[in-house]
Amino acid sequence: MSAPITTSRLPAVFERCKQQGRTALVGYLTAGDPDVSTSRELLLALAEQTDILEIGMPFSDPMADGPVIQAASERALEAGTHIADVFELTKNVRDAHPDLGIVLMGYANVPYAMGFDLFSQRAKAAGADGVLIVDIPAEEGHICDASLKQYGLDRIMLLSPTSTDERIQLASDCASGFIYYVSLNGITGADMGDMQSIHDKVNHIKAISNDLPVCVGFGVKTPEQAAQVAQFSDGVVVGSHFVAHITQAATKADIKPALSASAASMRKAVES
Amino acid sequence: MYNLDITHAPDAGGHFGKFGGRFAAETLMQPLKEIEEAFFEAWQDEAFHTERLDLLKNYVGRATPLYHAKQLTALTGGAQIYLKREDLTHTGAHKINNTIGQGLLARRMGKKRVIAETGAGQHGVATATVAAMFGMQCDIYMGREDMARQMPNVLRMRLLGANVIPVDSGTATLKDAVNEALRNWVATCEDTFYIFGTAAGPHPYPLLVRQFHTVIGQEARAQCLEQAGRLPDVAVACVGGGSNAMGLLHPFRDDESVRLVAVEAAGYGLDSGQHAASLAKGKAGILHGNLTYLLENDEGQVKGTHSISAGLDYPGVGPELAYMLEQGRLELEASSDDEALEALQVLTRSEGIIPALESSHALAAGTRLAESMSADQIVLINLSGRGDKDMNTVFKSLGWLEDES
Ligand SMILES: Cc1ncc(COP(=O)(O)O)c(C=O)c1O
Repeated sequence: MSAPITTSRLPAVFERCKQQGRTALVGYLTAGDPDVSTSRELLLALAEQTDILEIGMPFSDPMADGPVIQAASERALEAGTHIADVFELTKNVRDAHPDLGIVLMGYANVPYAMGFDLFSQRAKAAGADGVLIVDIPAEEGHICDASLKQYGLDRIMLLSPTSTDERIQLASDCASGFIYYVSLNGITGADMGDMQSIHDKVNHIKAISNDLPVCVGFGVKTPEQAAQVAQFSDGVVVGSHFVAHITQAATKADIKPALSASAASMRKAVES
Repeated sequence: MYNLDITHAPDAGGHFGKFGGRFAAETLMQPLKEIEEAFFEAWQDEAFHTERLDLLKNYVGRATPLYHAKQLTALTGGAQIYLKREDLTHTGAHKINNTIGQGLLARRMGKKRVIAETGAGQHGVATATVAAMFGMQCDIYMGREDMARQMPNVLRMRLLGANVIPVDSGTATLKDAVNEALRNWVATCEDTFYIFGTAAGPHPYPLLVRQFHTVIGQEARAQCLEQAGRLPDVAVACVGGGSNAMGLLHPFRDDESVRLVAVEAAGYGLDSGQHAASLAKGKAGILHGNLTYLLENDEGQVKGTHSISAGLDYPGVGPELAYMLEQGRLELEASSDDEALEALQVLTRSEGIIPALESSHALAAGTRLAESMSADQIVLINLSGRGDKDMNTVFKSLGWLEDES
């Protein structure tokens, strides 16, 4: 047996993409949506097409999410998804995809309730590389940074159009793995902002942010948008668009093929 | 004259001990910082206070009376009961003290639109009122369940020109209205000011809401000294998020002889699991931008709460109250739905004052405390609002109306 991997795979993921001359595809699904066993199949299917998988930890009050991901959280909780299931699903994906980047994404209260030490330990053991907590800005990192660091988990930081230079610096100093640029002032699933201003802001962030990869998300819904964003970013994040397949499919069995096809076309877009 | 010093301030990040802070999404960090800066700048500006205090006096009707409730005192037997009459303010609850302050701040920052969450509808009405006066566009987020039980306030908001947006997500009550208002603000923060309704939320809201409400306690303290020649022994306020409580209690914080009591909603009983007593029954957690006591399950999922009063039906509580409790400077009481209903009727019959259901929780606990005290002692109770908005709920509970549901 090989020694356990203690460092994050995220730098290697971006390096690999760079060598292959493409942009990383980052996919999001909420764990346990619409139920744990279907979710397992969907996560495994999405992992086939993506370089990094963001696994959402369902929460009762997803304040930064639009209707699509709110409903995903509600479905997952109603189906009885527990944090233990989130770790279990993470481990299932990890076992099948040793090189995939995996990021657990969610809101502060879930890891806080468990305690950040135990949470980090279990996330790491399940095979996560990093953690993205929407409502813990750099200023409040005192509650989680030491624990994440101890277990070798990257802390993915968000930046947005409202982030000042001072905040870009602050977040960059706190971040590892990558920076997630939220392309619009809004919630997940909204319409994308103006492409040129997103491009300009990404360049600006890259100039300040200690060479961290910058992924762009919120609002990417079409392969055309993904291809455009891929031109100037290190990763394209697709969330609501993938999650939407869960309600659009006529039966549970129809979700997976639709999701796989959709992910494949996004994959093609970021490779071109 | 009011004391404008900011005492017991949080640290620079808005922390009261381990509580409070600014646990917000990145998009809101800069807008929150701008509000913080505008607030501190305004607070130093004499012109800001001149206008604010003029509005509080001539528009809101301050100072509100401190009323020695002799009939209620006689009926209760025990300490003298004094009521701080926030129910007599324009719009009928303490909430307007805060919306005047934040409305002025919004105008100062050049914002054209204001949004707010509301539970009982009192904060929504107070926000819509200020928006009407200042000529601002106004959108109010309100849980659909709360809209049903506080219909008169929904209609008042509409009459005032506000757009009331029903919230169906989650439990369709106050916490979900906050979520929805936050979601809107993320997308509109450039031209929109979020008038937060209670002493909770991300920094600087707990501080600025407290500061805008301390007029309550400052007046009550001076009035009590003038009328009774001494300070009260106990000061009592109900707690939803904590705005009327911080407003009344904060000015007494350094008066060591004064016991400070917060009254939570016990709903069907503290052991029923159906209540809104976050301080008594919750644990530390993070919601709506601050670290505070929350009612949640073992895995950090926030629970639905129950109270007969929409304004207390919230699973969190202001971080400074959590801090004061931890420091031993706050005592806790809880009143059930039935006790609040009973207290409402007792005050109405004995003094001819119909209180809000929220305030009735403070009355129930305050009279309970008074009972066990002596006649030369004083219990000061914050009558945070009047009961007009609750008449439907009360009549139904008394069986005077047919319940359509
Ligand atoms: C009359 C009245 N009192 C009290 C409250 C509870 O809020 P807070 O705890 O912020 O004072 C409300 C809230 O709507 C209210 O309308």
